[in-house]
Amino acid sequence: MSKPVNRCEFTFFFDVRNGNPNGDPDAGNMPRIDPETGHGIVTDVCLKRKIRNYVEIVKGGEEGYHIYVSEVAALNEKHRQAYRALREEDTDKLKELKPSDKAESYKLTRWMCNNYYDIRTFGAVMTTKINCGQVRGPVQFCFARSVDPVFSQELTITRRAVTQEHSEKEREMGRKHVIPYALYRMDGYVSGNLAQQTNFTADDLELLWAAIQNMFEYDRSASHGQMALRKLIVFEHNTILGNAPAHQLFERIHVENTAGFPVRDYKDYLIDIDRTDLPAGVTLIEK
Amino acid sequence: MGYRVKLHVWGNYACFTRPEMKAERVSYDVITPSAARGILEAIYWKPAIHWVVDRIHVLEEIKFESIRRNETESKISAVHVKSAMAGKTKHLRKVVVEERQQRMTLMLKNVGYVIEAHFEMTVAAGGRDSPQKHYDIFIRRARLGQMFQQPYFGCREFPAHFRLIGNEESMPASRYAGTGERDLQWMLWDLDYKAGMTAKFFRAVMKDGIIEVPDLGKEGR
Repeated sequence: MSKPVNRCEFTFFFDVRNGNPNGDPDAGNMPRIDPETGHGIVTDVCLKRKIRNYVEIVKGGEEGYHIYVSEVAALNEKHRQAYRALREEDTDKLKELKPSDKAESYKLTRWMCNNYYDIRTFGAVMTTKINCGQVRGPVQFCFARSVDPVFSQELTITRRAVTQEHSEKEREMGRKHVIPYALYRMDGYVSGNLAQQTNFTADDLELLWAAIQNMFEYDRSASHGQMALRKLIVFEHNTILGNAPAHQLFERIHVENTAGFPVRDYKDYLIDIDRTDLPAGVTLIEK
Repeated sequence: MGYRVKLHVWGNYACFTRPEMKAERVSYDVITPSAARGILEAIYWKPAIHWVVDRIHVLEEIKFESIRRNETESKISAVHVKSAMAGKTKHLRKVVVEERQQRMTLMLKNVGYVIEAHFEMTVAAGGRDSPQKHYDIFIRRARLGQMFQQPYFGCREFPAHFRLIGNEESMPASRYAGTGERDLQWMLWDLDYKAGMTAKFFRAVMKDGIIEVPDLGKEGR
């Protein structure tokens, strides 16, 4: 059994070069932009998707590290036959919609938590509980925002092939939206109490950090351009309830644009972390 | 009523979803009493106590912003989980590209509130549950920034930062101070768990930025 998890806050910075980090389905897949301030946005769910993909790749369906909310159809469902059955009777009553009592719904959610990394980490809505039907995961992601307002550029591209046969045209045109450069910041939370409820262990937390550090490396595509994680800062409390307000810890991280606008390179940003007088019981770890 | 707390909460975004518009979520103009109760409970709660929100101060201008996201359309089926547990070969995962729905959220932007609340003892309170004890624990946690889990504004991707306002301390300024009355129409008050989880509504009126919250839990059924 791995160690329990205490409360943590974390901040990470990632950048994009000539790419679209997160398209907006409301705006013809242009990069998401805060209409009021012009800052770029990457949604929480976009980043959580990358974490799931990373875990699926590195753990490859290892026992206890399955990913429930999957992007690809399951190729090998057979290994599930090997699952230890907690219940032996009652497999033909498949029409039943709800578990019979609280104890059973607890068993079902427990089993899902133990088998699926994403459910243990982010939670899931399951019909397996009687009244509210959901598992809250310990890890909470928020919207990532760019440090400076972003500029989105529309590039027209051509293809030297046509869709329709017997067309008069020799080529067709398409469009790409890119952000020349932007640095994004995301603040997140890990609740020790909810970790206990879903069995999210210290090993799982290490896997989360590894996933954050590597998620962009396994997520290359024509639309994303070059994306990279630049910094991961973790505030680790030594108690489950924590030792300091989260916002005060986040405020210790300052980002400065040293070049003036427009920035095209990570080295034009200065990330300054105030390490003086950290509250007792809080450790700052840079990964 | 002696143990009143005042909590200043703020954040970048919030979505207090209107129950009548929850497929494509549309937020209420301000925090609902039930969401405010959820924030207090995220900091401290025990079955022995029950939080009652008395008053909500709206500090920032009410502004909306929309975002559309890819979401999944279904929940996890207990039946499938059961058969997988029983060792059957069963498709037990969700393929998001096949079960995708694009949904919009009309959320609030840059919110700040002061929640004034008190708690009452419930039937679950035992001999060692004095109101003073629970009050002290809450005050200590709120002061130190401790919590059971990070509180949030309606949805977990919208975290709520919080700060305790001491008894001697003055209230933060509201953008709506001196603006008179504004009718916010019918809003969800909370679910009445004693009356079989019925949703209760109240007519929210903001006067100079302050909404008085009635205690509907007290009134009859």
